[in-house]
Amino acid sequence: MDITRRDLFQLGGKLLVLASAGATLEQITGAAPAPDAYKMADHWWGMIIDIDKCIGCGNCVRACSAENSVPQGYFRTWVERYQVGEDQRPVVESPNGGIAGFPPLARKDVKSFFVPKLCNHCADSPCVQVCPVGATFVSPDGVVLVDESYCLGCRYCVQACPYGCRYLHPTKKTVDKCSLCYHRITRGLTTACCECCPTGARQLVDFKNPKDPVHEFLRNNKVQILKPYMATGAKVYYKDLDGAVR
Amino acid sequence: MIPGVSGFMYPNEVELQWSLLIVLYPYITGLVAGAFILASLERVFKVQAVRPTYRLALLTALSFLLVAPLPLQLHLGHPERSFEMYLTPHRSSAMAMFGFVYLWYLTVVLLLEIWLEYRAEIVHLARTTTGLTRIIYKALTLGSDNISPHARRIDDRVGYAVTVIGIPSAFLLHGYVGFIFGSIKANPWWSTPLMPIVFLFSAMVSGIAAVLVLYVASMKLRKTPIDMRCLDTIARYLFYTFLIDFTLEMLDLVHRTYEADESFRSLDFMVHTRLWGSQVVVQIILGTLVPIALLASTQLWKFREAARRALYVIAAGLTLVGIFAMRWNVVIGGQLFSKSFLGYTSYKMEFATREGLLPAILLMLLPFVIFLVLIKLLPPWEEGKLLPSRDREGAVEQSGYVAP
Repeated sequence: MDITRRDLFQLGGKLLVLASAGATLEQITGAAPAPDAYKMADHWWGMIIDIDKCIGCGNCVRACSAENSVPQGYFRTWVERYQVGEDQRPVVESPNGGIAGFPPLARKDVKSFFVPKLCNHCADSPCVQVCPVGATFVSPDGVVLVDESYCLGCRYCVQACPYGCRYLHPTKKTVDKCSLCYHRITRGLTTACCECCPTGARQLVDFKNPKDPVHEFLRNNKVQILKPYMATGAKVYYKDLDGAVR
Repeated sequence: MIPGVSGFMYPNEVELQWSLLIVLYPYITGLVAGAFILASLERVFKVQAVRPTYRLALLTALSFLLVAPLPLQLHLGHPERSFEMYLTPHRSSAMAMFGFVYLWYLTVVLLLEIWLEYRAEIVHLARTTTGLTRIIYKALTLGSDNISPHARRIDDRVGYAVTVIGIPSAFLLHGYVGFIFGSIKANPWWSTPLMPIVFLFSAMVSGIAAVLVLYVASMKLRKTPIDMRCLDTIARYLFYTFLIDFTLEMLDLVHRTYEADESFRSLDFMVHTRLWGSQVVVQIILGTLVPIALLASTQLWKFREAARRALYVIAAGLTLVGIFAMRWNVVIGGQLFSKSFLGYTSYKMEFATREGLLPAILLMLLPFVIFLVLIKLLPPWEEGKLLPSRDREGAVEQSGYVAP
């Protein structure tokens, strides 16, 4: 069969359209680059949270819930609203984890602020220490994960976590918690909660990346971790965290 | 507002993770350790007065030990994976050691000691019975049918060595259970280095009380006279052990109250509200002060035998209730307050569910069923012994018993 120049151009055009469609589809579905591009040893993940930027909209809770199919009534991340008066005794609320935001403040004579919470991905994690079979572990890139094919569902880790970040998945019957969207961050994306935060209050950070803004953030701001006396090596840093926060 | 919740709980804390079944776990292992330590009084410390309860205490310990892992199994989200604790134990986990501590205690200590204690009688029964019973006893001999005086002396020596090993093992078994709770730094209600030692002494108290009640009940049912010297001695040990246990618990309480760290306000409020009934009324007043007072009265004044028996049984019964309440207050109480110290939740006990009241009741009845089977198979009664008592001071030779 003879191929004319016209046929060649037509075939080339069709191939170009197909390739473009494929690439667009890949963009839309978020298909990943080759997994071997990610080297665990090159990363050490954590998060920074700017309390003053959080507006309590609940976007992060909704995004996390949708991204990770979090069962209703349980939370991988949640937002708390603190109201602290002169006596420094806080009144805290987190209606349904703050998934639908918060009602207007009833009192005006208190300072009020929002505190997003999630697993602190502790370097010296008590939950990892107590797991009887090692189903909970710290990955080489610093993320505390649960192997749900191995977890017994004994819930010792739930008791050991000082921050209340873990729960027993009601249908899987294994312990579940924030995975720092590991399926996303290993593909070069950020976490669902950071992605959807409208004010940039939450930011995924990589302590091993010298160009990561976290280094400047830690140098230039007053930061705190939750319950530092627990010595868990928490890797979620809060900017301007009030002393009343538990 | 979430029903049953007051103040603020972290959202994942509202539901309790460790239920009634986990209350049973330290309670049952405590009974095992306590019963074994009572048995060792006679064997190692030569307290001859408690001899009538030696075998009874061993069989009580075994009955409860066989049931001990069941509440844990029922509680697990994936019980089919529990064997992984043996295959791939996580060395830094206190809980991972449970399987090994349990197996050690079951096989090396209890089964071996019971087998050595009964071996001569098992061989004798294997020779004198027929049919299925014979097959069972034959199997229980494990092929060892030499019951010559020399062989029995070896049994006795090995049995003694096993008991000596058994005492620290019993301490390990229950001290370890206390460590599982005491090492959780996230929970101030649990986190105290006193926890293992408090668990240990409360275990001894509950085990001794259980054997006392079982001894009196079995003697009554068999219409056999109760050895009052034995009962008086057990009650005296119960009293002394209880005093130590109570002192340790009070030390913990005084220390917490005086130190009054950041968790104190929250825990104090909990004790005065949600735990008032189970902690103050049942555990401290009914389950500790009343039995201690009853036991003290028998030490201070002379009562007639019937009155002493009644006082002992009431005291031991209340003790068992009190120690159960103590386990309840540790396990359930430790989950009723928020780790934020800003709120409280409640425990909603279910009935006919996997972790409900019904399986808990059945699990508590099961040791007694096992106990009935065991005493049928291996009678612990002194007066009905087929063979003379094991040699303590050369009794085998003196009895003139010659193996058939």
